[in-house]
Amino acid sequence: MKILVCITHVPDTTSKIQFTANNTKFDPTGVQFIIGPYDDYALARAVELRDQTGGTLTALNVGEAETEPTLRKALAIGADDAIRVNSFPKDSFFVAKQIAQVAKEGSYDLILMGRESIDFNGGMVHGMVGELLGMPSFSPVMKLELEGTTVKMAREIEGGKEQLEAQLPLIAGCQEPIAEWKIPNMRGIMSARTKPLVVVEPTSQETQAEASSFQLPPAKGSVKLVDKDQVSELVRLLKNEAKVL
Amino acid sequence: MSILVYVEQAAGKIKKTSLEAVSYAFALAQKTGEGSVVAIALGTIDSQELASVGEAGAAKVLHASDERLNAGVIQAHATAVAQAFQAVGANTLILAKSSLGDAVAARLAIKLDAGLVSNVVELPRLEGGFVVKRSIYTGKAFADTTITTSKKILAIKKNAVDQKIDGAKAQVEEFAVTISATDFASKITATERATGEVLLPEADIVVSGGRGMKGPENWGMIEELAHTLGAATGCSKPVSDIGWRPHHEHVGQTGVKVAPTLYIAVGISGAIQHLAGVNSSKCIVVINKDPEAPFFKAADYGIVGDAFEVVPQLTAALKAAQ
Ligand SMILES: Cc1cc2nc3c(=O)[nH]c(=O)nc-3n(C[C@H](O)[C@H](O)[C@H](O)COP(=O)(O)OP(=O)(O)OC[C@H]3O[C@@H](n4cnc5c(N)ncnc54)[C@H](O)[C@@H]3O)c2cc1C
Ligand SMILES: Cc1cc2nc3c(=O)[nH]c(=O)nc-3n(C[C@H](O)[C@H](O)[C@H](O)COP(=O)(O)OP(=O)(O)OC[C@H]3O[C@@H](n4cnc5c(N)ncnc54)[C@H](O)[C@@H]3O)c2cc1C
Repeated sequence: MKILVCITHVPDTTSKIQFTANNTKFDPTGVQFIIGPYDDYALARAVELRDQTGGTLTALNVGEAETEPTLRKALAIGADDAIRVNSFPKDSFFVAKQIAQVAKEGSYDLILMGRESIDFNGGMVHGMVGELLGMPSFSPVMKLELEGTTVKMAREIEGGKEQLEAQLPLIAGCQEPIAEWKIPNMRGIMSARTKPLVVVEPTSQETQAEASSFQLPPAKGSVKLVDKDQVSELVRLLKNEAKVL
Repeated sequence: MSILVYVEQAAGKIKKTSLEAVSYAFALAQKTGEGSVVAIALGTIDSQELASVGEAGAAKVLHASDERLNAGVIQAHATAVAQAFQAVGANTLILAKSSLGDAVAARLAIKLDAGLVSNVVELPRLEGGFVVKRSIYTGKAFADTTITTSKKILAIKKNAVDQKIDGAKAQVEEFAVTISATDFASKITATERATGEVLLPEADIVVSGGRGMKGPENWGMIEELAHTLGAATGCSKPVSDIGWRPHHEHVGQTGVKVAPTLYIAVGISGAIQHLAGVNSSKCIVVINKDPEAPFFKAADYGIVGDAFEVVPQLTAALKAAQ
């Protein structure tokens, strides 16, 4: 069983988002980068499935050299080796093309990703890679069990979930509660330093929808407090002032 | 040139978010001054329901009534929509962002060689290219994105436009699709969907409870407040992690992102990861006993007080005002 897990290198969820260069570039000043939280679920489940099947687990990122600490963290958590496609991830289509190329060369049985990146929130790379490879792709997947080559999954839908059955090879975009996030232990961190991390060059430069400039939302005005013994005043404000009732 | 809209159904009813997507397409057609809006609907839906899609701005509704499409089989839906796109000679596909919509849109981007942008928050700008504004960093910022392909797909975020309701009935046409067995190879073996409630991602009003509610046995007052408002119920992540509430109610960075007109947060501290899921709400009300709770900084209105006293009073005041 060969498993590929795709990892984004994204600002920590508590980061203050800012832009520079006349609002055309993300400003990384003071920002700590992490494995995307959904990718972290995918990685945790991938480690469990690798251990269960005795297979191999490769972590992949499309990004510049700055993302290597994030890939090393994936190795510390349990991936056996890592691949970095050496390029700025220009848009979702560009990223999907690179992932599809790596996946084709490695003929993986199972490709796990996050439900969505937490920077661009596209939620589409898994579907694109699925179509590029002619493989089924499911997201957001909250449960994934292997029974031979049959994969049993639960996929979240609005207000509930559906149970699914499909055959390997396939792609899943993961979210909780598929597995518990894993924290690297000391042995993991030590061994991650010597595990292979291969750098390959992109095989296509095509893009379809690149971001050209960024904006921050307007600042929120201050809160209007209503006394706890005047609850009907809140109802009046919601009706007449905010006009939301 | 036509604009095609993929409309989703749940139990034979067209989803409200899909009607917003039709309204968006109508506004886009007006803006470009060319073409009309055609919708594609899949599975068993009665013809009156289909014709009513016209009220949101569709001139015509193509209906692929194959009952195997009642379920959201991703690849089969993508194939059906691609065939409709070709048949109509469309250049743009509009759909509402959703669990199924996202998955279908991504496959269509490749099938149709169309540039896809998700989380679109307003109509595109057309001067100097096709520039779409989308929400990024989980609502903490926006990006102007230029689509360079001739065919385009936009997945619309809730509230990107107001829903149009004054259009004429649409003309409904049966649309024959050819879908291979491979596209139906993955099986949906069961669907569990909360019934009789307002669905969280689509709700105009949301009432959420956090750890301050102390336990699942206290959710009655949250549900009653929600019921009085016709609202959906949500919760913070720890609440669904401990199993007080089902997972699909978890709001935030790693859960459902909501964009209601009114969001009421009860006993939720307002951690940045929770705020990331609610910052597109039009109006936020916070009820918390701690005046220092960070949520007050993100709120429009607040009450500092004990939820166990304030919530029943609020429900009573709302009932009295109705
Ligand atoms: C500093 C910085 C700046 C960036 N600027 C831009 C920008 O201007 N425009 C832009 O489009 N993107 C940019 N990105 C890339 C962005 O992080 C995403 O990789 C890319 O946009 C795809 O995002 P998405 O939201 O569509 O992915 P989604 O479809 O939401 O992602 C789903 C899953 O696909 C996988 N995946 C996505 N991206 C990658 C990747 N790069 N490597 C490996 N797996 C991946 C993950 O498993 C992820 O959970 C930037 C990244 C960094 C680090
Ligand atoms: C990567 C990551 C992703 C995350 N994603 C999410 C997410 O998607 N969604 C999410 O919600 N969280 C998320 N979290 C968790 C988040 O950081 C917070 O821990 C969580 O939101 C806190 O939940 P809470 O407000 O219910 O609980 P608490 O922080 O414990 O707050 C309880 C609040 O209730 C108030 N209270 C107590 N008693 C009463 C009373 N009687 N009446 C009124 N008020 C009362 C308290 O004053 C307090 O403000 C994430 C964390 C990480 C690290």
